[in-house]
Amino acid sequence: MSSNDVDKGRRRFLVATTSVVGGIGVGFAAVPFIKSWMPSARAQAIGVPVEVNLGKLKEGQLLKVQWRGQTIGVLRRTEEMVTDLSKVDASLADPESQNAEQPEYIHGEPRALKPEFLVVNMHCTHLGCVPQMIPQVGPQPFDADWNGGFYCPCHKSKFDLSGRVYKGVPAPTNLRIPPYSFLDDDTLIIGVSPKGAV
Amino acid sequence: MAKIASNLSKQAGALLNWFDDRLPVTAFWNNVMTGYMAPKNFNFWYYMGSLALLVLVIQIFSGILLAMHYKPSAAEAFASVEYIMRDVDWGWLIRYMHTTGASFFFILIYLHMFRSLLYGSHKAPRELLWVFGMFIYVALMAEAFLGYILPWGQMSYWGAQVIINLFGAIPKIGEPLTQWIRGDYFISDATLNRFFALHVIAVPLALLGLVLLHLVALRENGSNNPDGIEIKKNKDADGKPLDGIPFHPYYTVKDIFGVGMFLILFSFVLFLWPEAGGMFLEHDNFVPANPLVTPEHIKPVWYFTPFYAILKAVPDKLLGVLTMGASVVILFFLPWLDRSPVKSIRYKGTWYKVLLTLFTIAFVRLGLLGMAEGTPAQTWEMRVWTLVYFMFFVLLFFMSPRGKTKPEPDRVTH
Repeated sequence: MSSNDVDKGRRRFLVATTSVVGGIGVGFAAVPFIKSWMPSARAQAIGVPVEVNLGKLKEGQLLKVQWRGQTIGVLRRTEEMVTDLSKVDASLADPESQNAEQPEYIHGEPRALKPEFLVVNMHCTHLGCVPQMIPQVGPQPFDADWNGGFYCPCHKSKFDLSGRVYKGVPAPTNLRIPPYSFLDDDTLIIGVSPKGAV
Repeated sequence: MAKIASNLSKQAGALLNWFDDRLPVTAFWNNVMTGYMAPKNFNFWYYMGSLALLVLVIQIFSGILLAMHYKPSAAEAFASVEYIMRDVDWGWLIRYMHTTGASFFFILIYLHMFRSLLYGSHKAPRELLWVFGMFIYVALMAEAFLGYILPWGQMSYWGAQVIINLFGAIPKIGEPLTQWIRGDYFISDATLNRFFALHVIAVPLALLGLVLLHLVALRENGSNNPDGIEIKKNKDADGKPLDGIPFHPYYTVKDIFGVGMFLILFSFVLFLWPEAGGMFLEHDNFVPANPLVTPEHIKPVWYFTPFYAILKAVPDKLLGVLTMGASVVILFFLPWLDRSPVKSIRYKGTWYKVLLTLFTIAFVRLGLLGMAEGTPAQTWEMRVWTLVYFMFFVLLFFMSPRGKTKPEPDRVTH
């Protein structure tokens, strides 16, 4: 081979290997910059569990607390409210909460550890607005046959008093239930699951 | 006297020569200004590009001054904007320039894009010019969205909530992705701070680069014109297009006239009607951001409402997001969807006039419906116009190669 000839195979090999090694290097080098966008240690620390005292909560009263910047509603339901839940099952999109985002230990219509207390992430599953609680049973401007529940002013999504979504509204799933447990009869802790539960 | 003047001009000439030997000043001027031959039949629609460039300069200029007083923190942002409005000398003028400029930017860009639909400016050989323009449009939407968060009012906060949650619709990675965008589990100080950085550094740099590419691609083939025929086909003995006139002084003078008329209109809004009845500055944004209270009626600023209406028209969250995305993405492909043998609407048949009219009505109607409360009847109307919006592109693709055309003239018309 004369000195003027170019070994094209060798050149291609060198270009390819340099590109691959360089590309992997760039990929690894990008990690710190991409990771710098994740919630910082401080933001994670602020996301610690929140304790709620239920002693002063009256029947039918809704208490809103902040947890990880989300509005969490704690509703003390009357017995009537709990028994009436099944009335609307036929108009709900997912009455059994099959597709709902909720802990394993939450099931059934009341969607609560104790049926009396509904603990629910108040942000609408459509686009994150906070629905209003309209507990009165009876005709409403948005529903002639209202059984009490939550109504989102942003895009007209409707939920029952267990946060289950109605059919034909923009919200895709039931309101989310955060992990929570009871420290004692009167104290609720949001962000911590009951012992032994996943 | 005459001697001094001639000496001065000699010295100026010498200085220019000194520069020309080191930097192609004269060559560049001749190349892009006096030597560039533009079609002689430009009309009203050809003001928009240079005016958009003017607004870009206004936005950068007023934005730099605003950044000197604004505080990108959740605790101070709202108050710092009020401080600019009340305590900073002429602060109200600078801020209203920036907010009015944002809306006028979109008015100009929409008219600029509509011009392309009229005269086929996106068609070969100017496809890349259109694609760069679309990237500018998307960057501009990002810039407007990021900037809208900064005053930290109720609409800033809840608008951002809605838009960022759109990314949450993506299966599997949606939730971590929204956390990555926000830098927190909710929209917080971290989100505001990074959006400020993106709004004042990242996106403006990208915009300037894209504008440069847009202009270079424009000058490669030269401007299209209302007749949609290439002026380079008919050249005189010197190789200059017979229907071309030098960009400078002819079109610089025309554009300066346009700038004058535009600034009159701009000043009218800036000084007398800066909120534009809640269209340019929304009423809810005069209330500080409150994560616990959702405003009764959340809507984006007017320039996003056509796409917002398309989002609302679809009852499924993921499908809605995808449809809205598609309504923007499909515009990128316009040069390849329009397969007509002629460019200008003047020589396309009635079929195109009908399609374009329906498309324009659909876009405007969707814009109005996107601002509305959203009764069931309005939702159905949104669905109809969403269908019309997309059918424009489908019918264009199938009808453009077959649709009736009139013969194009050899030379531009007057």
